[in-house]
Amino acid sequence: MFAQQLANGLVLGATYALFALGFTLMVGVLRVINLTYGFYFTLGALVALAGCRDLGLSLWLALPLGMLAAGLAAVIIDTALLTPLRRARAPELASLMVTLGAVLLLYSVLSMGLGTEIRRFPLGTLPAGAVMLGEVRLGAAQILIVVTTLVMVLGLWVLLSRTRLGLALRAVAENPDAASLMAISVPRMVMATSLLSGVLAGAAGVLIGLNQNAIQPYMGETMMLRGFAVIIIGGLGDVRGAVAAGLVLGVAEVMAAGYIDSMVKDGVAFTLMVLVLWLKPAGLLGRARVTRA
Amino acid sequence: MPIWLDDFLWTYQTLIHSLGINGLLALSMYVVLAVGQLSLGQAAFMGLGAYTGALLSLHTGLPFALVLAGSAVVPVLAAAAVGLPTLRLTGVYLAIATIGLGEVLRVIYVNAEITGGALGLGGIPGRSATWIILLLLAGALGGVWLVGRSRFGRAMEAMRGDQTAAAVIGVNVPAYHLGALLASAALAGVAGALSAHSSTFISPDDYAFEAAVTILSFAILGGIGSPLGPVVGALVLTLLPELLRPLHDFRGVFNGLIIVLVVLFLPRGILPWPMTRLRKPL
Repeated sequence: MFAQQLANGLVLGATYALFALGFTLMVGVLRVINLTYGFYFTLGALVALAGCRDLGLSLWLALPLGMLAAGLAAVIIDTALLTPLRRARAPELASLMVTLGAVLLLYSVLSMGLGTEIRRFPLGTLPAGAVMLGEVRLGAAQILIVVTTLVMVLGLWVLLSRTRLGLALRAVAENPDAASLMAISVPRMVMATSLLSGVLAGAAGVLIGLNQNAIQPYMGETMMLRGFAVIIIGGLGDVRGAVAAGLVLGVAEVMAAGYIDSMVKDGVAFTLMVLVLWLKPAGLLGRARVTRA
Repeated sequence: MPIWLDDFLWTYQTLIHSLGINGLLALSMYVVLAVGQLSLGQAAFMGLGAYTGALLSLHTGLPFALVLAGSAVVPVLAAAAVGLPTLRLTGVYLAIATIGLGEVLRVIYVNAEITGGALGLGGIPGRSATWIILLLLAGALGGVWLVGRSRFGRAMEAMRGDQTAAAVIGVNVPAYHLGALLASAALAGVAGALSAHSSTFISPDDYAFEAAVTILSFAILGGIGSPLGPVVGALVLTLLPELLRPLHDFRGVFNGLIIVLVVLFLPRGILPWPMTRLRKPL
């Protein structure tokens, strides 16, 4: 019983980590809380769903399609809305406000065009069987989520720490002006970050959409609460912290639902977030830059 | 009262009420923006006030003045819980924590029995008379205006320009941030209680994400040069959907678009004039 709970918690935590990966990358490199992130998540899920349902594609084609669509949307929206503000060196709260207005606009357009009813992936998108590990049961969607999260985290880690692109991205995160003096094209790095984050959001949207099998325009918005909690608990812009915080949050939610009351589950993220803000505002791993006024 | 005025008030009562209430909400947003912070919890504070007020009216026999006071206190407590740890950090922390507050409160309203769950609370007595709403709006506007003209206002303007510089010349920045957040929570709470006692029905969705963005759009459109700006912004954005019916269905698109366009192209809003003072600063 406990082992199954723990496994469920870790899978849920993996979805949170997967969701927060791109979000924290955006915060870390671009230094902006981009609220349109939840929209890319929704978009990835909707595009993959359309691919599977209307075009009859297999999941292995629909997934990259969803990721690509979300990545492109992220680049376009960032270039249209945030690049002018970056150029004008506007305060970070201005960028936050723009993305806030934009995300309401995008969700409203989406739900006017598609309606808010719940859509589902066709049966047989994923094999129906389950794997038993001892007494722990894992479904196909859950295994897919855990594997993808592992691959993405490893891939992101290799990219950031072992490649020249990663070095350039870290340089931009550290100090955009100094990076541009080192002949790094900051606008190009900004686009690369947006593309990467959007792709990660799209992947999370498809997989989490498959797991919950309930896709509707506002699904990204519901997920954002967890996203905020994860990036605060893990430390703003800290990729390792986001993974750790996602897992902690997932396990905590499942345990709260299992051993206290299922109603408590939705309050866990916020409670943990406020606790971390009170006790350790730099995040669990404590590496984030915190500027005190 | 002349007959035509009576008729007018009766016909447009709902609209006048929402103008006043939205004006108060815009002011509550202004108070936070005026110290250079961003709270996305105005809808959450409004909701707390609305539910507190509704429950007090439904379950106790308190006079309306005390109900309103209670509706101001509860959001202030929530604001303190979220604001105390975040206000010493950079502005984004407060923004994130306050969005989180809104989402978690919505979950509580939906699940708790006393708040009527997802169906909401009905049968709230219609105790918000037009004169109460307008009087409170005028009072709040006057109060904020007076504070803005005092030395506190000057300190607020200084820290909006440059927080570090303001701190260096002796402005206690965190204290101002907290004070502004608490005042804004109280204003939003009162506005929420007024709206609950005007519409007589409230539901969790009234205080969700869209409401938070709408309140921000009032202040952004009006500009935060003076407290009048946000109130005018609220007036415009409340009247427009009434005058242009088709706009009603596109409110989400429209309010979102307003924020995007104004921040990108008119960063100081449509009423950018700064406040005038009796004595010119040095």
